[in-house]
Amino acid sequence: MIVVDQHWFGRALETVGAWMLGILWLLPLLYAVWTAFHPAAYATRFDLFAPLTLDNLTAAWRAAPFSRYLLNTVMLVTLILAAQFVLCTMAAFAFARLSFPGRDLLFGVVLLQLMVMPDVLLVENYRTLVQLHLVDTILAIALPYLGSAFGIFLLRQTFMTIPQQLDDAARMEGCGLLARLWRVYVPLAKPTYIAYGLVLVSYHWNNFLWPLIITNSVTTRPLTVGLSVFATTDQGIDWSIVTAATLMTSAPLLVAFLLFQRQFVQSFMRAGIR
Amino acid sequence: MRRETVHAYLLLLPAVILLVAFTHWPAIETLVDSLYATPRGARPAPFVGLANYAGLLDDSVFWQALRNNAIYAAATIPVSIVLALLMALAVNGALPGRSFLRLAYFLPTMLPMIAVANIWMFFYTPDYGLFDRILGWFGGGRHNWLGDTSTALPSMIAVAVWKEAGFFMIFYLAALQTMPTDLREAAALEGSSRWNYFRRVTIPLLMPTTLFVLVNAVINAFRVIDHIVVMTRGGPDNATTLLLYYIYETGFRFWDTATAAALTIVLLAILALTAWLQFGVLGRRIHYR
Repeated sequence: MIVVDQHWFGRALETVGAWMLGILWLLPLLYAVWTAFHPAAYATRFDLFAPLTLDNLTAAWRAAPFSRYLLNTVMLVTLILAAQFVLCTMAAFAFARLSFPGRDLLFGVVLLQLMVMPDVLLVENYRTLVQLHLVDTILAIALPYLGSAFGIFLLRQTFMTIPQQLDDAARMEGCGLLARLWRVYVPLAKPTYIAYGLVLVSYHWNNFLWPLIITNSVTTRPLTVGLSVFATTDQGIDWSIVTAATLMTSAPLLVAFLLFQRQFVQSFMRAGIR
Repeated sequence: MRRETVHAYLLLLPAVILLVAFTHWPAIETLVDSLYATPRGARPAPFVGLANYAGLLDDSVFWQALRNNAIYAAATIPVSIVLALLMALAVNGALPGRSFLRLAYFLPTMLPMIAVANIWMFFYTPDYGLFDRILGWFGGGRHNWLGDTSTALPSMIAVAVWKEAGFFMIFYLAALQTMPTDLREAAALEGSSRWNYFRRVTIPLLMPTTLFVLVNAVINAFRVIDHIVVMTRGGPDNATTLLLYYIYETGFRFWDTATAAALTIVLLAILALTAWLQFGVLGRRIHYR
């Protein structure tokens, strides 16, 4: 390109700007890592030769039942993931490939959830779960999120791009409705499932307000709520330990992200493109 | 009924029941509840008409929450969208270390908001926190960032921008990567400056992405209050009370469910209005490829 060479100065300026922004963006996280792995005395003092320590991590791990919180989060995320995959697949297939009276109207009603999210309807959903005697259970954290308009929408879009001929061929061979869904549609939509799954896991791993409201014991609290209870009541202002706990609770997702960076980024893009 | 119809309804049934039970039904119930007083004891709540809404009009905290949320949205949304676009443009070009930069920009998105809040709370600590120490080098004095009504809300805005910008960057990046390169070559041949190209070609082609990002940004500005719960609890003196936080406080700390219902309806109305503005008015003016 001709224009580029004339603007080497502009290019250099852009590079410097991009790097400054990048360092600024990374700084909070680096600072947290520094605090977590050094003795409390160095929490606010930079010294290249400060001794490294794992004491903060072990102290945090011992001070609260994080292993139980982790188990709760894993159970919660697994439940939501499994239920949403099954329910959204069934609904998306009906919307994509079956014709029935009221289809468009019903689809419109489903899409309303994109705007009116359960996250906002805290009081009524709490009341419903009281009536169901489910307060303070992992099922209660998951229930409002098991049906998802976004999941149905995304899978419907994917199913509609699958050639009708494949469906017809399977039908010729005598496959029933569910067999066609399972053998033709689900395998071909695999990238969408991976993408949506990753988005779902990171959303619910990090979700906080609803679990905070609906849980009140160690055996149900997910990591996020456990962390907030730990940070506000138990520790006061021992920042080294609080930061260690913070990194510890975020670590599984962060490590997974660093390992599968490309898939994560592509998944978020795929889930976002409409 | 035809077999296909029966099959369709059976397939839809579980998902629709759950959706209706935890979204549509509670939304309608909220509307009904907002017309009744809060039930006390075993007596049924009396019908009060619009009294709960009239109560909101006289409630100075409600107005402050509304004003705070407007400021919060008006600052977070444009700043994070512009930063996201700049980030995407930076890592889309042939920049040294661009995969590292992409990682740096995106990393905050993967952290739970509550973890982000813990980390930033440390930065805002008077004397020991990062900000006071940096200001200290320049001769600045001690400042209680979260305890001062004039800096508490901006502090929350900074946290939200840091958390969100990298997330929106991903969508711009996806759009930039599908953009045809022949347009750029044609523009270069005609001697069009990079700025001109950016303004006349890139920006208009990115409009659908901007709309998508905007919808998400608006929803997040009204939905995500985790950092408020952890860092300030709406204080000091309601300086950081956002609408959803006020709903949470009214419903679950004061147990005034009628007022909380009226507040929820206000929030839903705001979300509906912005959705209508974005898709109805803005959406029609956008050129889709």
